[in-house]
Amino acid sequence: MISLLTRDLRLALRAGGGFGLGLAFYLILAVLVPLGVGPAPATLALIAPGILWVGALLACLLSLDRIFALDFEDGSLDLLATAPVPLEAVVSIKALAHWLTTGLPLVLISPVMGLLLFLPSEAYLWLILSLTLGTPALSVIGTFGAALTVGLKRGGLLLSLLVLPLYIPTLIFGAEVVSRGAQGLSVSTPLALLAGITAGAVALLPFASALVLRINLR
Amino acid sequence: MASFWEYANPLKFMRTTDWLLPIVTWAAVIVTTVGLVWGFFFTSDDFRQGSTVKIIFLHVPSAMMAINIWVMMLVASLVWLIRRHHVSALAAKAAAPIGLTMTLIGLITGAVWGQPMWGTWWAWDPRLTSFLILFLFYLGYIALWAAIDDPDTGADLTAVLCLVGSVFAVLSRYAAIFWNQGLHQGASLSLAPGTRMDWAYKAPLYTCMVGFGLVFVALLLAGTRTEIRARRMKALVTRERMA
Repeated sequence: MISLLTRDLRLALRAGGGFGLGLAFYLILAVLVPLGVGPAPATLALIAPGILWVGALLACLLSLDRIFALDFEDGSLDLLATAPVPLEAVVSIKALAHWLTTGLPLVLISPVMGLLLFLPSEAYLWLILSLTLGTPALSVIGTFGAALTVGLKRGGLLLSLLVLPLYIPTLIFGAEVVSRGAQGLSVSTPLALLAGITAGAVALLPFASALVLRINLR
Repeated sequence: MASFWEYANPLKFMRTTDWLLPIVTWAAVIVTTVGLVWGFFFTSDDFRQGSTVKIIFLHVPSAMMAINIWVMMLVASLVWLIRRHHVSALAAKAAAPIGLTMTLIGLITGAVWGQPMWGTWWAWDPRLTSFLILFLFYLGYIALWAAIDDPDTGADLTAVLCLVGSVFAVLSRYAAIFWNQGLHQGASLSLAPGTRMDWAYKAPLYTCMVGFGLVFVALLLAGTRTEIRARRMKALVTRERMA
């Protein structure tokens, strides 16, 4: 399992894959939004929590089809499915690798983005915390979507359509944490709900993803 | 009537619906027409809303059906996953476009009513938002069916999507309530005492709801029959090619 993780990470880093893609997208977004909306700090501070979360979500969406597509094409996914490691574990590792290459860099760079968008200083802690808690859910849900569309040619658009409504609760609670933090309100309720979604998704969705993957590899 | 499970045999399903479909279709046409005509022409205008109140006879039944059809698809998907009931999978497939249409009718009639009453076509109200999300779920479900060639794989994948989607649809509903206070009024109908609607409106509304339910059943039966025939045709074409 650890070797699978290191293999996936190495592939993502060296094969010029989705590693930089999500990060670059996030940076572009943070640069383009002020250019489009105008440089007024008050306006930017108001929309910063939402923009930062929507950006993170879209950046995650961008690299989802890479989770299984390459392994499916060269047949290594079939080998993984017949390996002694249960497929549920393989799927979880894949999601973890996706999070380490997409979600974690987003979390690390998010303070810089907050700076560019004049995020109020009280909200930084909640931005980092909500992204740390929320992005794993995005990766796990995205892995389910990628497993659903793995066998399809041109599955990219379909994947976005399927995953988008599934992302909505995470987005709502995540952005709510940051915007409440920015206003100095109590964030415990949305934070708890966000953590609940992540915990539930991480615990249950790998089973659905593995089931779907087995159907697709049949 | 035979048990539900015997209708897993498409032949038996076709034979029963042969005589059932015309009856349901005519019942649907009659009840819906009676309900709508009654609602549109034989109820008085509301004290404050004027004649716009009458859109309720389209809005409430279609919104109700939009949710009920998703629940029906959920049950049909479960039946397929657990018992490999082929007709059930096809019924779920046939129900999705109907549900999509009902959701669209609900959204459009709501917008048409909201423009004069709320002064806006659209508001990010929890109910409206949930319906938009439901619309996306229907689209995704239909798109996934359309994208997969093998019928059994398609049935399996869409069934799992329906199950997972249902959980997230409910989550989204509560997330939307949490996220924004609503503009939409409360439930139109309620079993609690002291309900606000007069029987002069309620009677045609109930008629319309029954009518929309019958319309759904008629369209569902017709759609499922089409799916069965389409699959039979595909099998025949494949056999021709093999020979």
